[in-house]
Amino acid sequence: MTAAVTALLEARGLVKRFGHVTALRGADFELLPGEISAIIGDNGAGKSTLIKALSGALQPDAGEIWLDGERTSFRSPRDARHVGIETVYQDLAVAPALDIAANIFLGRERRRTGLLGSALRLLDKRAMRRDAARHFDDLGIRVQSMAVSVESLSGGQRQGVAVARAATWARRLVIMDEPTAALGVKETGQVLDLIRRVRDRGLPVILISHDMPQVFDLADRIHIMRLGRRVAVVTPQSHTMAEAVAIMTGATKGELARAMTKDSDDG
Amino acid sequence: MNATSDTTAPELVPRRAGAVAVARRILGVQAVAPLIALVLTSAFFSLKSDAFLHAQNFSLILQQVMVVGVLAVGQTLVILTAGIDLSVGTVMAFGQIVMTKLAVANGVEPLLAIALGILACVAFGLLNGTLVAGIRLPPFIVTLGTFNIALALTHAYSNDLTYTSLPRELLFFGRTFHLAGADFTYGVVLMLVIFAVAWYVLTQTAWGRHVYAVGDNPEAARLTGVSVNRVLVSVYVSAGLCVGIAAMLLAARTELGDPNAGQTTENLDSITAVVLGGTSLFGGRGSVLGTLVGAVIVGVFRNGLTLIGVEVIYQYLVTGVLIILAVSVDQLLRRRRT
Repeated sequence: MTAAVTALLEARGLVKRFGHVTALRGADFELLPGEISAIIGDNGAGKSTLIKALSGALQPDAGEIWLDGERTSFRSPRDARHVGIETVYQDLAVAPALDIAANIFLGRERRRTGLLGSALRLLDKRAMRRDAARHFDDLGIRVQSMAVSVESLSGGQRQGVAVARAATWARRLVIMDEPTAALGVKETGQVLDLIRRVRDRGLPVILISHDMPQVFDLADRIHIMRLGRRVAVVTPQSHTMAEAVAIMTGATKGELARAMTKDSDDG
Repeated sequence: MNATSDTTAPELVPRRAGAVAVARRILGVQAVAPLIALVLTSAFFSLKSDAFLHAQNFSLILQQVMVVGVLAVGQTLVILTAGIDLSVGTVMAFGQIVMTKLAVANGVEPLLAIALGILACVAFGLLNGTLVAGIRLPPFIVTLGTFNIALALTHAYSNDLTYTSLPRELLFFGRTFHLAGADFTYGVVLMLVIFAVAWYVLTQTAWGRHVYAVGDNPEAARLTGVSVNRVLVSVYVSAGLCVGIAAMLLAARTELGDPNAGQTTENLDSITAVVLGGTSLFGGRGSVLGTLVGAVIVGVFRNGLTLIGVEVIYQYLVTGVLIILAVSVDQLLRRRRT
């Protein structure tokens, strides 16, 4: 592991139990500045529990989360958002009847200055459209108008709106939870290009995906989860897809895995 | 927005979206289709009856519309969140009985009586909203329950008495002024003001956007940081306020406190007005200006059918057919969208 660089976000020994089921048994994770870090694992390996802990959607029973070298804890997604962590969900979390700009600014609407804004609560629609258009330009997404309702867009375009919203508000990092799971092949490609561009603008990305070619295409580092732990960190250069799958399914054990599971046998 | 020259950018919007978007934007002005319907029905009735196309008849229609119109503003807010308020009729009757009984029988200062009557309706709105948002009960069931509670309270509180000779403060909004050869009540003006205010908050404020977002995709609204429960409660409370104002208008128009008011036509008429106005019963789409047109359509139908001599029973029948037609159109449009 690269100890020289301070991790932007780090999880140490996270444990989460749901009744008799232990979803996380001491999971580690770290995101380095400027990278796309992918998390892969079989169903039930704990990747979505890990991601929920990192985005504040649930609270771990034990373990630590560090942000920029400081210990922190998220009691809600709002806490995580507050420190600049945005999440993109697989199920297209947009309001289809609202237009693009309204979706980008949903829950963070901007009001006019002066009395119009403070007393009459008048929205500054023009400023919001202008800023949304600028963010879309920065990300290289082309749309006709910010005033188009999201429902008139295709699935890929809608997810583009969700990604753009996250990139607009994320100051530290973006979490993408299966962002292409609901999309077709061509649209997936468009969203992947977009994710790369988000990274290239300096925002690190945590990508959760079960699509191996996609992960190997996109990620700088790949964290492999198995039975509630991270058992290996590999790169697309160091390992092949088959090797990664072998570690994921327990056919071979990763280097980390050998070191970390000495004292306990997987059930 | 300016087109980017970056050719490597993913084309996230194909050409097709342009034409579709333009068409949607035109169709999206939801008041247009009901406006056409209004013109057609008016044309029909003016052909059938000579009395229809008179200024005085229009002011009569507007006076008949004012109560249902204000109820329909509240109903629009609720339906935009994918809810329904079946309690508006009897809650309005309760509010009207509270203000007339207090003023007539208990000698309470009339303005205070009006305020207390409105407050009673707001309290019902708060109850509806708390049950819908807090316990996550279906709005249909909640408001069916409060419909009956308000009905019972109205009869219990009034002892089934009708209150007459209301003080003049309670009659103010029934008074008329003369304009362009017709008489208008101040109540009609108040109704138009309420529509204007509702239009403003729904289209020009963040709260309005959140109302649409909650009805459109509550999960997405929650994930982006909109407090869904707070929006829902505030919507039902605002609807309660509209119902209270409608109660005041009803008392002013009928010059009565009538415990049997609001049990039959008002509920359905307010929903019919919203649906005819193009607001979707599935939430998230619609406009309060459409509701205004829808309310006038309802009024034109009732007035026109009476003028051409259709019996009241068949007016119910026509209203019933009308609302089913409107909902069918909404459903068909919705299916085409997805």
